[in-house]
Amino acid sequence: MAHRYILRGTGAVLVFALAMWSAGVRAEFGLNMTPGVTAISREVYDLHMLVFWICVAIGVAVFGVMFWSIYHHRKSQGAVAAQFHESALVEVLWTLAPILILVAMAVPATKTLIRLADARDAELTIKVTGYQWRWRYEYLNEGIDFFSTLATPRAQIANNAAKDATYLLAVDRPLVVPVGKKIRILTTAADVIHSWWVPALGWKRDAIPGFINESWTLIEKPGVYRGQCAELCGRDHGFMPVVVEAVPEAEFRQWVESNKAPNPITAQVANGGQ
Amino acid sequence: MSTLATYPATAAHDSHAGPGYGLRRWLLTTNHKDIGTLYLLFSLIMFFVGGSFALLIRAELFQPGLQLVDPHFFNQLTTLHALVMIFGAVMPAFVGLANWQIPLMIGAADMALPRMNNWSFWILPFAFTLLLSTLFMPGGGPAGGWTLYPPLALQTGQAFPYVILAIHMMGISSIMGAINVIATIFNLRAPGMTLMKMPLFVWTWLITAFLLIAVMPVLAGAVTMLLTDKFFLTSFFNAGGGGDPVMFQHIFWFFGHPEVYIMILPAFGIISQIIPTFARKPLFGYASMVYATASIALLSFLVWAHHMFTVGMPLRGELFFMYVTMLIAVPTGVKVFNWVATMWRGAMTFETPMLFAVAFVILFTIGGLSGVMLAMVPADYQYHDTYFVVAHFHYVLVPGAVFSIMAAVYYWLPKWTGHQLNERMGRLHFWLSVVGVNVLFFPQHFLGLAGMPRRIPDYALQFTEFNMISTVGAFLFGFSQLLFLYNVIQTIRGGQPADAQVWEGAHGLEWTVPSPAPYHTFTTPPVVD
Repeated sequence: MAHRYILRGTGAVLVFALAMWSAGVRAEFGLNMTPGVTAISREVYDLHMLVFWICVAIGVAVFGVMFWSIYHHRKSQGAVAAQFHESALVEVLWTLAPILILVAMAVPATKTLIRLADARDAELTIKVTGYQWRWRYEYLNEGIDFFSTLATPRAQIANNAAKDATYLLAVDRPLVVPVGKKIRILTTAADVIHSWWVPALGWKRDAIPGFINESWTLIEKPGVYRGQCAELCGRDHGFMPVVVEAVPEAEFRQWVESNKAPNPITAQVANGGQ
Repeated sequence: MSTLATYPATAAHDSHAGPGYGLRRWLLTTNHKDIGTLYLLFSLIMFFVGGSFALLIRAELFQPGLQLVDPHFFNQLTTLHALVMIFGAVMPAFVGLANWQIPLMIGAADMALPRMNNWSFWILPFAFTLLLSTLFMPGGGPAGGWTLYPPLALQTGQAFPYVILAIHMMGISSIMGAINVIATIFNLRAPGMTLMKMPLFVWTWLITAFLLIAVMPVLAGAVTMLLTDKFFLTSFFNAGGGGDPVMFQHIFWFFGHPEVYIMILPAFGIISQIIPTFARKPLFGYASMVYATASIALLSFLVWAHHMFTVGMPLRGELFFMYVTMLIAVPTGVKVFNWVATMWRGAMTFETPMLFAVAFVILFTIGGLSGVMLAMVPADYQYHDTYFVVAHFHYVLVPGAVFSIMAAVYYWLPKWTGHQLNERMGRLHFWLSVVGVNVLFFPQHFLGLAGMPRRIPDYALQFTEFNMISTVGAFLFGFSQLLFLYNVIQTIRGGQPADAQVWEGAHGLEWTVPSPAPYHTFTTPPVVD
């Protein structure tokens, strides 16, 4: 009897998964990683999908054999248990086969990782500092330095006002960057460990007090890309979003000109940290 | 043989040592069955305590916005949920099973160090009273995550030293339990029970015990350094004083990764006992199972930094830890293949323990496959610290470790109580659990891939639907566990009498003693051919 329950249960799970999948394709709520807006993020996405489908294939094969066995090798079907219990050949085969599959996955992963690690020849360097609970962005050669803080009103968080489409993902001052330029991003922190993450860029990197981590990105499409702090950093960890606004080069130059200030942090501190 | 030579003294002991009465029996007991029961009972209580924390978390996450709890309290809930479930529910459950079963399975009269056994259990209620009492202290309980990363963990209020002391106590208890397991297995096996004849549960526990002894002191060292950083002006992890906050993570995960296997190797052992019984066929590849377990244990010391791919390690370091982590899939795969081969051409029946075991193989494998995905460093830059990771480790811990514990309890409960389980109720519990656990954790894969970070009390609107589904699953799964409690109580109180064999296809020494197992068993060692 039980096999029928198992089959039915599995069927239900599959149907549910498929329904969720097709719903996800139509609706706005995401099911999968997005390919993002950089060459690296697309590579990461491709790697993710490659490994995902390999895992699905392994799962289908292993569970397929298992369910076939569960269906056919039941005592209630009159099955009589065989008594074999070892085979060196089989053990060697199913040790070697996974190793080959793993090598096939390791090759593209290694290539992407090596590209990700190469932050040379960047045209713009931005230092990102995590604070409890906001981000500070310093354009090291442009003389721009400001804090970026959650802009979602407290009333929305407390359910006293309708929530915006960008609920918890909006800031007062986004990080403005040019498209088509290699940008070096240095992450560090002033108090506890944070992690700077914009999914569309394809990576996250921890911001650690006393350390400066180097990453890079090259955004291809203008747009507003949103992310969040990814490392638990205390009470308002869920309330320090990252917003990156990628604009064309000319617009970026204009923005730099109009935002250059002798020492904006001093000005911000004088204004009560805003 | 030395094992035989020690027996007369022990045998002389049992004439006067029946179970005591009332509270004294449980406080002063040195009997492995009593202590096993205490461990399992304690674990069950902690399972419900940790589970209620989880339900509060899921209730808050049902909708966007803050409804039920303050973010600081939310962080205390996630931290304590993990500490209670890992150190209070899963680990003590396995120690309880070891206490009950290892002597019965190797033909020993008791554990080798009975008084230490009593002590290692009775530390735990005090440790957890201390840990949970921190919730009521000024500043609340620990809120920096169970991983206790500095500098955040150092912001904990008055609770901090109490948390550290509680962790030390849990560590001491675990180490004593592990010493006891090793001493018992090495010294008290019945004549003829050679190492390569030991049941897989005994083997996996032996290896687990070595892992425990190796890594619990590492955790103790790490938390002691936190303590001195906070109170004695050291700067082990304080960059401002020349220290290194990432060093804590290296030390912690050098403990933490073997710890993951401490929670899954005994589960492998349990499943390797149950599947052959209900397939009525010997375990396929016994020797390769033993070697695979040992390989997993050895590799577990070389993969810790895969929890830290985003901290900014050198490229070569990341590549090393990626490759070794991927390698773990090989022995783990061997285990899964061996279980499937054991089922192959068996004559299977699906009583409750087998249902849980089959679900374990499937759902643990899903967790293992997402683990392979997480090993890919570039992809991990996206997965890390998202709900994808939450889904991954809950798949290996809940339908993995926890299901194996339930399978074990259902499997051996007739031996412990002398009563058969009510199968209908067992199956009901199984089906509600298996549906609940998947509705709870499967959507979390989607949430993580879509970009939801973990450990947040509130989230952006695009994550609403799957969080709702997940919460519904959480309550279904959580409340289904009351059925487990009901089943255990009902089986203790009564039911069809069980014979010594209990399950038609069961093999092993534990099935040669009557059900319920007498208070003292194997006072004269059996001979294993």
